[in-house]
Amino acid sequence: MKLRKASAAAAAALVLSLTATACGGGDGDNEGGSGSGGGDKIKIGIKYDQPGLGLKEPDGTFSGFDVDVATYVAKELGYDADQIEFVETKTPDRENALKRGDVKFIAATYSITDERKKSVDFAGPYLLAHQDLLVKADSDITEATDLNGKNLCSVVGSTSAQNVRDDFAPKANLQERSGYSECISSLQSGAVDALTTDDSILAGFASQEQYKGQFKLAGLKLSNENYGIGVKKGDTETLNKINAALEKMVSSKAWDKAVKDNFGPANYKNEPAPKIGVIVQ
Amino acid sequence: MFDFLSDYDNPTLLGAFWMTVKLTVLSGLGSLVWGTLLAAMRVSPVPLMRGFGTAYVNIVRNIPLTVIIIFTSLGLADVFGVTMGATDFKVQGFRLAILGLVGYTAAFVCEAIRSGINTVPLGQAEAARAIGLTFSQTLRLVILPQAFRSVIGPLANVLIALTKNTTVAAAIGVAEAAYLMKEMIENEAQVLLIGAIFAFGFVVLTLPTGLILGWLSKRLAVKR
Amino acid sequence: MSSVLYDAPGPRAKRRNVLLSVVFFALLVLLVWFVYDAMDEKNQLEWALWKPFTESPAWTTYLLPGLADTLTAAALAMVIALPLGAVFGIARLSDHRWVRGPSATVIEFFRAIPVLLLMLFANEAYDRWANFTTEQRQLYAVVTGLVLYNAAVLAEVVRAGILALPKGQSEAAMAIGLRKNQTMRVILLPQAVTAMLPAIVSQLVVIVKDTALGGVMIGFTELLSTRATLAAAFGNPIASFVVVALIYIVLNFILTSFASWLEKRLRRSKKSTGAVLSAEDMEELNPAATGGTYGTGAGGTI
Repeated sequence: MKLRKASAAAAAALVLSLTATACGGGDGDNEGGSGSGGGDKIKIGIKYDQPGLGLKEPDGTFSGFDVDVATYVAKELGYDADQIEFVETKTPDRENALKRGDVKFIAATYSITDERKKSVDFAGPYLLAHQDLLVKADSDITEATDLNGKNLCSVVGSTSAQNVRDDFAPKANLQERSGYSECISSLQSGAVDALTTDDSILAGFASQEQYKGQFKLAGLKLSNENYGIGVKKGDTETLNKINAALEKMVSSKAWDKAVKDNFGPANYKNEPAPKIGVIVQ
Repeated sequence: MFDFLSDYDNPTLLGAFWMTVKLTVLSGLGSLVWGTLLAAMRVSPVPLMRGFGTAYVNIVRNIPLTVIIIFTSLGLADVFGVTMGATDFKVQGFRLAILGLVGYTAAFVCEAIRSGINTVPLGQAEAARAIGLTFSQTLRLVILPQAFRSVIGPLANVLIALTKNTTVAAAIGVAEAAYLMKEMIENEAQVLLIGAIFAFGFVVLTLPTGLILGWLSKRLAVKR
Repeated sequence: MSSVLYDAPGPRAKRRNVLLSVVFFALLVLLVWFVYDAMDEKNQLEWALWKPFTESPAWTTYLLPGLADTLTAAALAMVIALPLGAVFGIARLSDHRWVRGPSATVIEFFRAIPVLLLMLFANEAYDRWANFTTEQRQLYAVVTGLVLYNAAVLAEVVRAGILALPKGQSEAAMAIGLRKNQTMRVILLPQAVTAMLPAIVSQLVVIVKDTALGGVMIGFTELLSTRATLAAAFGNPIASFVVVALIYIVLNFILTSFASWLEKRLRRSKKSTGAVLSAEDMEELNPAATGGTYGTGAGGTI
């Protein structure tokens, strides 16, 4: 009888762990916000881990400039805030999510490049960012060439660090981390001297409550990053609607407000709102 | 068909597998030393050491290796300044990965050795003590030589697992086999071919280890 | 206390042990102080970094959903790998060479390949040739990698479990005229499954640990990767890392304790044949005991 109990307990534990987690699985529907308006939902791809641009807040809501732009655009497309379902689209997953129609559009620090234009279409640009350096507030690094012999952090799979090494500081010592918050932690502890990526992303981190006053942007314009809204290749209807929405967002000053809300505290000097379809090389 | 291989020079295919071998051998030696020390602690007459050994094994065995490896970089190097004497991050990552692999694998080496010690009959030790050997002499001359023989089999399994576990070092950017495979598989069309190449590489690395050490453990087994 | 290594200590040994304890204690204190000092110097001990974990949003928004994904992947992998492993394990015991050979090859092949490589490959294959959403693809890739590897390991567990049964069982079955198939199905397998339970639960620990690879290398939103999202919001990579490590330790400790409790129960049980396969037996799983060839892999929990 004891034997029975033991195996029954094992079986029960297995079943329990199964049922307990069965509800954790993602929902299988992939409507991707078909149609417009009405009671439908719209799925929008954003980043979850970039303060100031796209961040999953502790209360489960989302914040950041990309999120504000996405919300505004969705409203123009006929979706209220409560009809939006934000989906995390990490850098390597963006093209595929659009191609499959998992999301209607993506606003996730998505720089417009010729390479990407082959597989997706871009509305916008809606923000002109530049590659820049984030350094400690008392750092004496003012130019990219100062990085020679210094430690530089970037994120795995990002091209920013390689750019710096190729073009400005061949002797920079590269540290690759899995995420920007890990880089910030290294910067804070002094293990690296600078962190490089788009200034918009850096500003977002620098203006976070816990880091306020500790870091500054070097203010270098090492590259031009034209953030666009990615849509499925060939979906011209959505593309045009989004472009119209973006124009309206700029002309109605909602764009300025979103910039101020999200980047304000970082002392980040943003570029003026870009003209739709004009890509700064 | 294999043209694409020449596009990869940082690391090359052979270079990546050479890195895997280096990681395996160095961490293997390191974990043998640290694992033996841990096992000595776990069987020592000092309760505090026994406690430490037990706690170490039970904690480390229950943490994913991925967590340990990333922690060596994010925690040990950044917070505790354990940079392993390297300023270049590639070298530092390599050495930290070895440190992490040693810390993890040692827990399993310790358990293998401890169970090996437990297979040595009590009479052996009693005889050793009867002829006046001290604790360390008993351990060194009587127990461990017998225990090591009976742990060759389990240790071979640990070594093979370690060979495969070195792939986790890719998580902190060490350019070994899995790192290169990830890069290739994302950029090339021949997914199946790439998969086959890397699978073959690991079969080549692990099969001889299993066969040789298996044969050895049978040959050296203490006949009782 | 007397063991194979030492006798009950005499006065000199006692003194030496006390001395060793003191020295070792001093070393431990030094280590703890070093850790504390370094953490303090890098401001990692500030309450603001740790406070989020005392409040529910950190758990409900990030960690628990991540943990749910970890457990989903682990449970799915186990549920699929177990029957698959049983089939291959039994096939490897077959009397027919053409059944035994191929299944042995498949088992040894998948035991020789790192689970990370299997995951990376599955992820890329699903990306190119299957039609899954990102979330589905990541989950399936992780589960596929885990299933392929663990089915091979479990096949060996099953085989060892059957071979661990006393020979009298199958002899008695044959004596009463059961066919080979019946012997396996009615006599051997039910007993072997019971004997294997501890080893299976221990293997679950390995699976849980390996899910973390999927989080870091292919972006599956399990515990370790939701930690990154959490760290971005609270700005506490180190603190969150420590907390997540603790969660893994607690979770796996529960599983390990359950396995050894189960093992004790089974060993004590009067009804069984006394054949029990623990995680430790699996580590020592060797051809001398199971009559197989030396293959390529760790049997047990690593």
